[in-house]
Amino acid sequence: MTRVLEVHDLEKNFGGVVAAHNINVTVDIGETIGIIGANGAGKTTFVNMVTGYLKPSGGRIEFMGKSVVGLPPRDVTKLGLCRSFQVPQVFLSESVFDNMLVAYGIAERSGLGLFAPLHTDERAARVDAQLKRYQIDDYREVAASALPQGVRKLLDIAMATVRSPKLVMLDEPTSGISVEEKFGLMDIIMQALREEERRLCSLNTIWKLWNALWIASGHSTRARSFATRRPPRP
Amino acid sequence: MNRLFDKTFWGLTIGLVGLLVLNFFLEEWMRTIGLQSLSRGCVAIGLLILWRTGLVSFGHALFFGFGAYTVAMMQIIGVNDLFVLLFCGTATAGLLAFVLGFLLRQYRAIFFALLNMAFSMILYGVLAKAEWLGSTDGFGIDQVSFFGMNPADDMYRPILFVCAVLFAYISAVGAHWYLKSTLGMMTMAVRENEIRVEYLGYSAEKAIHIKYVLSGLLAGIGGVIMAVTVGHVDPDSMVYWPVSGDFVFITILSGTGNVGATFIGALVYELLRTYAFEYAPEIWQLILGGSLLLIIMFLPDGLWSIRSELRNRRELREARRDSDNRAAEVKR
Repeated sequence: MTRVLEVHDLEKNFGGVVAAHNINVTVDIGETIGIIGANGAGKTTFVNMVTGYLKPSGGRIEFMGKSVVGLPPRDVTKLGLCRSFQVPQVFLSESVFDNMLVAYGIAERSGLGLFAPLHTDERAARVDAQLKRYQIDDYREVAASALPQGVRKLLDIAMATVRSPKLVMLDEPTSGISVEEKFGLMDIIMQALREEERRLCSLNTIWKLWNALWIASGHSTRARSFATRRPPRP
Repeated sequence: MNRLFDKTFWGLTIGLVGLLVLNFFLEEWMRTIGLQSLSRGCVAIGLLILWRTGLVSFGHALFFGFGAYTVAMMQIIGVNDLFVLLFCGTATAGLLAFVLGFLLRQYRAIFFALLNMAFSMILYGVLAKAEWLGSTDGFGIDQVSFFGMNPADDMYRPILFVCAVLFAYISAVGAHWYLKSTLGMMTMAVRENEIRVEYLGYSAEKAIHIKYVLSGLLAGIGGVIMAVTVGHVDPDSMVYWPVSGDFVFITILSGTGNVGATFIGALVYELLRTYAFEYAPEIWQLILGGSLLLIIMFLPDGLWSIRSELRNRRELREARRDSDNRAAEVKR
């Protein structure tokens, strides 16, 4: 089995505060892993370190056999490791369509190609297909700032996956969503990712959970829990 | 490619043709106002690009003055052709922006604005103190040649005007197309969310750097046009901080909706200043300040927003009329 991600003895300290300690996670092709843990156990810190947003204090991170420690998020993203955010990171003043258009533009172009016009018919078609996949095409012309929270989460994930990633990390995909809507939302996300997976034949998903609910709902093939580690009392 | 040749492109082209025709009928003083507006308009396009990225510069007189002083320096070593001067003035301003960009791209908001100002004041200080750079007197700029040709005296200004209009047109169309490119749309993306840009796989700082160099190039073009138009460069009229303030004024006046609007804004500014100075020499600053206040209060998105404002009102009126008609029909 091919190893996609291997994290070994990862740790992060902010001054004296231990944010993450002794994290060991491996992901093989085809796996969908749920990560659970109490508040402060280091789940988001883990995602932040793997995607290059935070520099780990120690340990190894290997993605597709290559160390990604010290790489900035943009380089990690280019390698095919993408993430979504607990608080959606979108371009609030722009419409859903323009958000996706810019996302595709940045993902598809580099160097002098960036000077080519952004809005082409082919790219617009890809944007519309992606919006349909995530079932937010009804909101095409709505400004991101006016979106309901669930739709904004879907937009965030749709934007995170434009680069045809090999591994997707979803940071609390259903936080801030009412209990009635959570399950529907998760189904849409997983269905879209499965569709993407069939297309790419190699997509893996890790997502971080806010509680153990999703393990029961059957979306993950494996769960991993992080324990809170408090600093020793003096 | 209708997306490239859109309304703005044709609007700019009509403006180009209009100005070229108008050139035959303009009085000399109007032509000078026109040339100065074109010059400041070019700089304001650069500020528009930065503005859309969420950055304001209070120091673009740095690149403006750098372009203008390059003209003076080139003339001292004997280069006198407008096109060579334009190329060199733009290139040196762009090069300076490229170098300073490595530092400035790390700053945002007020720090970015004032760091620009700091650099422009350093240049001001150097120019004002260094005797071989003309000190506070500056340099006179001789008549330039056009591809080696020296036109007769009465043809000189009209030909200069044609060239300036062409430079401004090319700058405006270039900037307009740039803003429609992927990199251009990143102005919005960087302003709205740098984290997302990074996670899409592009460096927000690099995007800012590119925009900064472009704004430097445009300010350089403006500086060259201004130096040749006025026929004189000195630190106070080219590099001092109120010069940067003028550009910010014009950008606020025109709004960031459209590159074409910057020239309208520059012209309005130029007329405002000329007439305020003419008719109220004691309080002309008061008039400028007052008009800025009015713009910010009533047209916060600049003169360009008059257009969309009128359209909105018309649509609202039509919608009201439609609903009134429907109500009347229901009654019947």
